[in-house]
Amino acid sequence: MIYYLCFVIFLIGLYGVCCKKNIVKIILGLWIMEYSVNLFLILLGYRKNGIAPILREGDNIVEFAQKAVDPLPQAMVLTSIVIGLGVLALMVTVAIRLYQRYGTFDITEMRKLKG
Amino acid sequence: MNILPLFIGIPFGVAFFIPMVSRKVKWVPDVLGNITTFTLLLLSLMTLNQEFVYHIGGWKAPIGIVFVLDGLSCLLLIIINLIGFMATLFSIDYIEKRYTSKLRYYSLFLLMIGGMNGTVLSGDLFNLFVFMEIASIASYALVGFGCEARELEASFKYLVMGNVASLFVLYGVALLYGKTGSLNIADVARIIREIPYDNLIGFASVLLIGGYMVKAALVPFHAWLPDAHPSAPAPISAMLSGVVIKALGIYVITRLIFNLFGFNSITSNLLIYIGIISMISGVCLAILQSDFKRLLAYHSISQMGYVVVGLGLGNGLGILGGIFHLFNHSLFKSLLFLDSGAIEYETGTRDLNKMGLLYKKMPVTSFSTLIGSLSISGIPPLNGFWSKLIIILAAIKAGRPIVALWAVIGSILTLSSFTKVCRYALYGKGEKFDEEKFKNYKEVGNLMIVPLIVLSILCIFTGLLLIGGENGILGPVVDVINGGVLQYINKVLEI
Repeated sequence: MIYYLCFVIFLIGLYGVCCKKNIVKIILGLWIMEYSVNLFLILLGYRKNGIAPILREGDNIVEFAQKAVDPLPQAMVLTSIVIGLGVLALMVTVAIRLYQRYGTFDITEMRKLKG
Repeated sequence: MNILPLFIGIPFGVAFFIPMVSRKVKWVPDVLGNITTFTLLLLSLMTLNQEFVYHIGGWKAPIGIVFVLDGLSCLLLIIINLIGFMATLFSIDYIEKRYTSKLRYYSLFLLMIGGMNGTVLSGDLFNLFVFMEIASIASYALVGFGCEARELEASFKYLVMGNVASLFVLYGVALLYGKTGSLNIADVARIIREIPYDNLIGFASVLLIGGYMVKAALVPFHAWLPDAHPSAPAPISAMLSGVVIKALGIYVITRLIFNLFGFNSITSNLLIYIGIISMISGVCLAILQSDFKRLLAYHSISQMGYVVVGLGLGNGLGILGGIFHLFNHSLFKSLLFLDSGAIEYETGTRDLNKMGLLYKKMPVTSFSTLIGSLSISGIPPLNGFWSKLIIILAAIKAGRPIVALWAVIGSILTLSSFTKVCRYALYGKGEKFDEEKFKNYKEVGNLMIVPLIVLSILCIFTGLLLIGGENGILGPVVDVINGGVLQYINKVLEI
């Protein structure tokens, strides 16, 4: 059920990217999509009443394996957040430069490329 | 000694090293950039006819990350590093005159090369995504490198579409991980054959293949390409059209379809139909253009259609044709983009109507443009002819004469649009031909001519690679694709 909600957030972001005309809103839409994917990844590894996946001396391995959350999605989410930050920084830079050139954030008024 | 990590280590290392040392000394970025790409080219030639799996940190396959070198990766590595070297050689003079910041340019360029090398070597789904993002971010920045209104607009369009595609891919990877509990391509392929079929796997495959099709600019997803490729500096256009859409798009689609999800009649029809639509609509839009680089960009879409049709036919001959056309396209399309850069460098325009009689003033550039044009339109004995011929023969052999007919029509339309280039720019006059400016034109410098000559010679002689057919020089590549899923699993997991 909660996975479907994640996908709904993803689609909300996609709607923002496709239908909005303001550059800042498009960037926000992409950001919502990014976060929904990150949330989905974290939920994949989540386990109710789980413990941190750190094995200490004296722990029972079988019990540990039953209880611990999956650490791999967490590593993936960290990587994906860093990548997302890079893309966001670049997008905002391009948006600022576009504003300097055109004096507007409206993409329907940026039509120098055609054909 | 194992050289696979060097393909990623060297470009990334130098990319971070260049901005550190070269703030004061002007020639350092040029020299370092060229030495790096040349070293990478030599290294990639050393991987010929080798096959092995490299385990990062010594962890075995399903747990650790692996780099897989096989025929397909080897071919892509050679393409990437060959075109990369030619483009850096061309950049020395070109970037000096038209742009300002060389150190940032080379830094981003090497990041892009490193990202693509990683993409073609990686045997791990998430690692593939990370390298793809590195290469994509560098190329977004390079498309907007001039910081003029048009370039920024193209860059933003590319950014948005590319990022949506990346998120689709990440969602697909997450779904596959949730279903199988593994990220290694071979291991995922093994597990989805053992568990019963689930709609989630189908959904994940749609997300992954759709996402990578945006990167490959096949027709329903092509809108960013005709803006992004002409806006970039010419060596970057050559890289984007010649390499990036193949390494990030076609290569990964091939790997996923043939080595992960398995090839069947549905994917075959999907590839063939998308290929035909790309082939015809790309070339029809190209005929209308009068901007030289924009015309070339539309032809990239069309030629990618041929590659995908060849792969989709699924018999050995079709795959051979598709892969060979991929190789040839990277040669002649980067040659044509570098030519357009040389012409723009000298004349200051990309509009075909304003050019004329260039063969008198720029003989080498004109001749190499002619070779590239004839090659892309499929005139014997240049390389484009052989690969198109094989694709058409394969279509007839597979019992699909309609596909062969469309391929022939596409080829004729390509020839007609390149007749326009030759007539307006090289051997005739455009409508707004300017006599005054024409007197000052001269041939571009030696450093820019060398890549043009090398690529022209390669265009003439690479038809020889076809000797032996499916068992010849390109045999290992066809074998990887044709061998299907089980062969790949056995090789990577060493069962």
